[in-house]
Amino acid sequence: MNLLITNGRVIDPSQELDASLDVLIEDGLIARVDKRIKANVETIDAEGLVVAPGLIDLHTHLREPGQEHKETIATGTQAAVTGGYTAICAMANTLPPNDERAVTEMIIAESRRNGACRVYPIGAVSKGLMGEALAELADLRAAGCVGVSDDGRPVWNAQLMRRALEYCTMLGIPVIAHEEDANLSDHGVMHEGYFSTLLGLGGIPAASEETLVARDVILARATGAHVHIAHLSTAGGVDSVRHARAAGVRVTCEVTPHHLALGDENVQSFSTNLKMNPPLRSAEHRQALIAGIADRTIDAIATDHAPHHFDEKNVEFDLAPFGIIGLETAFTVCYDTLVRSGVIGLDHLIDLMSCGPARIFNLPGGTLRSGAVGDVTLIDLDAKFAVPNTFQSKASNSPFVGKTFHARPVATVVGGAMRFDARATKPAKRKGKK
Amino acid sequence: MRASTSSLRSKDLLGIEDLLPEEIELILDTAEGFKEVSERPVKKVPALRGQLIINLFMEASTRTRVSFEIAEKRLSADTLNFAASGSSVEKGETLIDTAENLVAMHPEMIVIRHKYPGAPKMLADRLPNVSIINAGDGSHEHPTQALLDAFTIRERLGQLAGVNVSIIGDIAHSRVVRSNIHLLTKMKANVTVAAPPTLLPAEIGKMGVRVVHSLDEAIAGADVIMMLRIQLERQGKLSFPSLREYYNTFGLTPERLKRASSEAIIMHPGPMNRGVEIASDVADDPKRSVILEQVTNGVAVRMAVLYLLGGAHGSE
Repeated sequence: MNLLITNGRVIDPSQELDASLDVLIEDGLIARVDKRIKANVETIDAEGLVVAPGLIDLHTHLREPGQEHKETIATGTQAAVTGGYTAICAMANTLPPNDERAVTEMIIAESRRNGACRVYPIGAVSKGLMGEALAELADLRAAGCVGVSDDGRPVWNAQLMRRALEYCTMLGIPVIAHEEDANLSDHGVMHEGYFSTLLGLGGIPAASEETLVARDVILARATGAHVHIAHLSTAGGVDSVRHARAAGVRVTCEVTPHHLALGDENVQSFSTNLKMNPPLRSAEHRQALIAGIADRTIDAIATDHAPHHFDEKNVEFDLAPFGIIGLETAFTVCYDTLVRSGVIGLDHLIDLMSCGPARIFNLPGGTLRSGAVGDVTLIDLDAKFAVPNTFQSKASNSPFVGKTFHARPVATVVGGAMRFDARATKPAKRKGKK
Repeated sequence: MRASTSSLRSKDLLGIEDLLPEEIELILDTAEGFKEVSERPVKKVPALRGQLIINLFMEASTRTRVSFEIAEKRLSADTLNFAASGSSVEKGETLIDTAENLVAMHPEMIVIRHKYPGAPKMLADRLPNVSIINAGDGSHEHPTQALLDAFTIRERLGQLAGVNVSIIGDIAHSRVVRSNIHLLTKMKANVTVAAPPTLLPAEIGKMGVRVVHSLDEAIAGADVIMMLRIQLERQGKLSFPSLREYYNTFGLTPERLKRASSEAIIMHPGPMNRGVEIASDVADDPKRSVILEQVTNGVAVRMAVLYLLGGAHGSE
């Protein structure tokens, strides 16, 4: 596919680029980025828009196979391109879980058939996500998995975690860790603190995450392996990562938009769209995450997009499943929370949502260098985005419904093909006679 | 001077947290009038004649359910009791569906007891044409209990402001304590909570109470000593080692009570575990224990709440 994108403000943190330039995609790959490119191909005018390397989500639950009433690969990837994502990593906790090659191959085949963006499967660490025996990690890698994780639950057995880390050094992929001590969580449903006390809801203490992060950076140091901490939510977790990184440990981490934008005080509404795991934390933790963003301890922003059916969430808070959707709101929420508030610059946000994810999982994209995949996201910084109550996702379990944000992706190009286009149609130039 | 009021702002009573001090005062003053009704030979007034009140008790209850039902009958309302067992809840019907089906039969009020926090609010948010009264939701709130406790304290001690109230027991899992803290701090009483650290919820001090880990410290200087039930199923697990050790450290015995003011009154929301959190000699002390007065006052307070919310459904 060939495409020329002209007159945009090209921001590519991978090359420290921020200038008014044209981007030429040929045969699905970036051909060049330059001033006033002339090419006889389909051309779109990006004047007034930011042109960035396509956004990449490290943490999506696509639910297919097995829970197609919540989401499918087709609807999940449609949600992704609507949010500006050109690639997403699909978590392994499907039914059956992605713990063997056949499931990986099914996900890849269905993505090619009906997916709107690139899908990189994440394999399971353990057979059946049971935390007992290693899954066939080399076979999963060979089939196309870019990392392994039992996400949704921790790898509780430290010896299993150690062996998974060791084994993955051979495969060159990260182990993605859901950090939670289930005994400390003790069936809690929100962050343990003042608001859980006020509401009488069971608390999940910060220590539940912090103890496991500490364990896993120690195991990463001992094995030399790459551990990636999923959905980091606590001050202590950020501290552990910061110190381990300084000591040379191969640890990377992600945070979600909702942990940056919302806090446990919001749970006072008892809305089940504020129930997720890890839970929304208190202000001190939220500030520590933002500080971790600012000093680049945090490598990536990932959505933890977790669709659930309306009926599943339309119950008492205690009974509702954990998780919210995020693909279609991630950029706009982060832009307001981090860029408009002055914490970081736009180039840093693009790094967190595109270049960083590509870098740490070793994925194609995350750059507009010649030869890279032709994945581009066009962003309108002047747009206002009132989050609707229906989504491209099958689900609508978002805490941001009805809220208005600034800036949103308006066009998504995957391999040179336009997969989402919501650019305002400009009034046709009048050839008025004078 | 506090502004007085003659009506409640909300159609629902979900918790004390939402009430203004003048609304609390209004309920207590209204209850004083209704207490007299229960002492008449004919214990009935026509205030809620023709109104249908459904008691939706999704969790076991003796005192609260009976108290509400008596209050409703003394106000001449039509009442219907609904328990989870033997209903479609056992067939998997959701709370929302159950409530919407009940509302389709046009009740004016639903009194709900539920094991999960927020369940009454969930109904109140979705059902605009019916009053929801929280009769206890998980460990969250139990507003009518706090109101009847306040009524009892006011009746005995003349006021709430400046009164020293110590609440002792399983603070972590108690809806009674949360509603009481909201109410008592709003009315300028001084609240102390006492328990082993394992039975205290996180950051409870931020609710405006003094926190101690000693029974003696809690009862010294207290005007009101409120004992909470220890849930027997928690013993020997992770909350505390044994009932024996609990009784020895936090159980209220005549011996321990000597450290308290001789004027202090003893309260308990029930059901009591005699010999666990409270000795029978203390619970049954005719001078100091007001535990059965609390039960009597519960009917008057609930009549007041029903009456004040029932006004929201006046003839149209």
